[in-house]
Amino acid sequence: MSRHSRFHSALIAAIGLSIPAGSAPAAPVAGAPAELKIAVVAFLSGPASGPFGIPSRNAADVWIEKINREGGIGGVKVVPVFTDEAGPADKVVTEFRRLALDEKVSAVMGYISSANCLAVPPVADELKVLTIESDCGTDRVFEEAKHPYVFRTHAHTVIDGVGAARYVLSIHPEVKTIAGINQDYAWGRDSWEVFQRSMRKLKPDVQVVDALWPKLFAGEYSAEISKLLVEKPTVVFTSFWGGDLVTFAGQAKARGLFEESVVVVNNTGSDIKDIAPGVLIGSRGPHGIVSPDMEKNPLRKEFIALYRQKYGLAKNDYIAHGAYHFVQALQGLRAAYEKAIKAAGRWPTTEQVAAAFEGLEFDSPSGHIAMAIGGGHQAIEPAGYAILKFDPALGVNVFSEVRMFPAKCVNPPDGMKSLDWIDRGFPGAQC
Amino acid sequence: MRLLLVVALDGLTYASWLFLVSAGLTFTYGVLRVLNLAHGNLYALGAYLGATLVLRYAATGSMPALAYGLLFIAAVVVGLVVGPVIERVFLRRVYSRDEEVQLLLTFSISLILEDVVKLTWGVNPIFADMPYSYLGRVRLGGINYAWYPFLLTAIALAVGGLLWLVVTRTRLGKVLASVIADREVSLTLGINVPRVYTLAFTAGAVLAALGGALTAPMFSLAPGVGAEVLVTSFAVIAIGGLGSIGGAALGSIVVGLARSAAVYFFPELDLFAIYLIMALVLLFRPQGFFGEIEVRRI
Repeated sequence: MSRHSRFHSALIAAIGLSIPAGSAPAAPVAGAPAELKIAVVAFLSGPASGPFGIPSRNAADVWIEKINREGGIGGVKVVPVFTDEAGPADKVVTEFRRLALDEKVSAVMGYISSANCLAVPPVADELKVLTIESDCGTDRVFEEAKHPYVFRTHAHTVIDGVGAARYVLSIHPEVKTIAGINQDYAWGRDSWEVFQRSMRKLKPDVQVVDALWPKLFAGEYSAEISKLLVEKPTVVFTSFWGGDLVTFAGQAKARGLFEESVVVVNNTGSDIKDIAPGVLIGSRGPHGIVSPDMEKNPLRKEFIALYRQKYGLAKNDYIAHGAYHFVQALQGLRAAYEKAIKAAGRWPTTEQVAAAFEGLEFDSPSGHIAMAIGGGHQAIEPAGYAILKFDPALGVNVFSEVRMFPAKCVNPPDGMKSLDWIDRGFPGAQC
Repeated sequence: MRLLLVVALDGLTYASWLFLVSAGLTFTYGVLRVLNLAHGNLYALGAYLGATLVLRYAATGSMPALAYGLLFIAAVVVGLVVGPVIERVFLRRVYSRDEEVQLLLTFSISLILEDVVKLTWGVNPIFADMPYSYLGRVRLGGINYAWYPFLLTAIALAVGGLLWLVVTRTRLGKVLASVIADREVSLTLGINVPRVYTLAFTAGAVLAALGGALTAPMFSLAPGVGAEVLVTSFAVIAIGGLGSIGGAALGSIVVGLARSAAVYFFPELDLFAIYLIMALVLLFRPQGFFGEIEVRRI
C-alpha cells in the first residue's frame, strides 16, 4: 500500500470513527430522491451578516456536514443552496420563487429579518414549499394567519420581552420608571411593545417616561443618550443588536449612562465582550446564557466543537443565537422527515412532512424543542437572562445572576395572541 | 433653558459629524460634476484602516494621544492610494458621458470596494473606541458629554476653514473656479484640467476617508457602514446645494439641529427628521440653499 493510499485509508477510518454508533448510513427509502436540496437563506452581506448571517450560515454548513456523515436524512444526502437574504422584502420573495421553481429545492430554511419572515409565508403556501423560518423575532407570523407549509423552530420575540421584564423585576423590584431606545423597524417596535406592556402588567405603578426610535444603523446616539441622562429612568430597555448595540454601549459608557440607569438588552451574542459590566442581557433563548444542565447537553458540546473546528472560535467567545437557531431548524427538518418516512413507509410528500412537523418535539444544542403553539407550527423556548460581570482571571465578561425562565413562563398558550396574553395578566403561565 | 442648551449641543456635535462625512462628496461634485456613489466606501475604508491602526497601536500600550494622528494618517493613505486610481483608471473615461453612465460606474466601484472591505477585514464588527473614551467627559447642562464629539467640531471647523481658504485665497482655488466654470476654456488657457480633476477627486477621497477615520472611535464598524453614510450625505448636500461647501456646512447645521430637536420633542420623527427637512427645503429651493441652477448645454 502506498503512503498516499495508507493516508486515505486512515482518513476514511477516522471519519468512520467520528460517526456515532447506531447512526451508520442508512439505505435510502423507496421513492427517495438522489439528493435533498435545501435552501439556506441568511444575510451574507450588509450589517446583519457579521453578528447573525455568517455565523448562521456557518452553523448550517457544519450541521449539514454532520447530518450527511450520519447518513443524511432518510439515507439521502442533504445539499445546501446558500443564498443571501440582503435586500428589500420583494427581492427576498423573488429569490424564494427562484429557489422553489428554478433550483427546485425540497425545503427553504432561514430568514433573519422579521420583515422577510412576514413576506415569505404567503408565497411558501402558494408554491407549497416546506419553509422553516430560522431566526426572525416577530410574533405576528402565526398569530395573524395560518400557514400550512411554514414552521418556526425557535421562539418568537415575546420570550425576550417577557423574560426581560420578569428578570428586571427579580433584580430591581424597586423600579419606578422605564424608557426604551430601539431601532425604528419591526424588531425594535415589537420588542419594546412586549417589554413595556409586560412591565406595566407585572408592576402597574411603573411609568414609561420615554420611547426613542433612532434609525436602524444610525450609529450616532448623542441626542438619545443626552435625553436619557436628563430623564434618569430607573431602567433603559434596548433591543439593539450587532454594530448598533456595540456603538450605543460604547457611547453610553463614555457618558456614564450605565451609572445613572440600569440598562437591559434583550438579545446579545459574541458582542458581550464589548458591553459594559453591569448590563442585564438576554440571549434570545437558552443559547449563550444557559443553565448548568444545558451545558452538559451532548448536542450543544458537539455543535460548539464542530463550529470551532471549521470556523474558529476564541476560547471564551460565544456563538451567535442565530447560529443555534439554524441548527434547530435543521434538527426539526430532520426529525419531521424521519417521522414522515416512518409513517409513510417510503419517501414522504411535502404535505406528509408538514403534517409530521406539526406539534413535533425534537432535541437540539439548545435543549428540547416543542412546536407547541401557532397550531403546532411555532416553537417555544425558555428565556435566559443574566448580568454581565467582568472576570479579571479570564479577562472577559461572564454571566452572573443567571436565570432561566421556563418556556411556559414566557410564551403564551396555543391559540392566544401574545399581546392579549400579556394584557390579561399571563394566564396559564408556569414560572 | 437647560434643555435648549442640551438640544443645541447635541445638534452641533451631530452637525459636525455630518459635515465631516459629506464635505468630500460635495467637493467632488463641485469640481468634477460627478456624483460619487463610492463616497461611502471611501469613508468605510478610512474608518476600517483608522480603526485597525488604532487597535494595533493601543495593543502596544504606547502614548494614547498619538492614536489621533493615526486617524489622519489612515485618511491620507486611503485618499492618496484609492482616489487617484478611481479617477485615472475609471472616471476619466466617462466625463463626457451621460450622468447615468457615471452613476453606474461609481456604483460598480462601490460594490467592488464593499467586497474589498469584507475580504480584508471580514464581517465581524470592529470597534476602536479608545480615542473616544480616552478624552474623558465634561459636564454641561447637568449631564455628561464625551469630549470627543467636541474635538470633531473643532476638526470640522478647521476642515471647513481650510477648504474655504484654498478655494477663495489661493491660486489653486482660482484654477478650480476656472475649471468649474468652463472646462474647455480652462484647457485653452493652459490649465492641466486632467491633473486638476485627479487632484480634486483625491482631495474628495481624503475628505471622505477622514470622515470615516474620525468616526471609527465612535461607531462599531460592520459591512455596509458606508451605504448608510452615503444616504445621509446625499440628504445633507441636497439641502445645502450640490457642490457647495458652505451649503454642506449649513445643511449639516440645519439637519443636526432638526434631528436633535426631534429626539427631544418628537421622538417618533427621529427617523424622518432629516428627510422632512430635505423635502421642505427642496420644495421651495429645488437647487438647495447654495446650489446653482445649471443651464444644460446642448
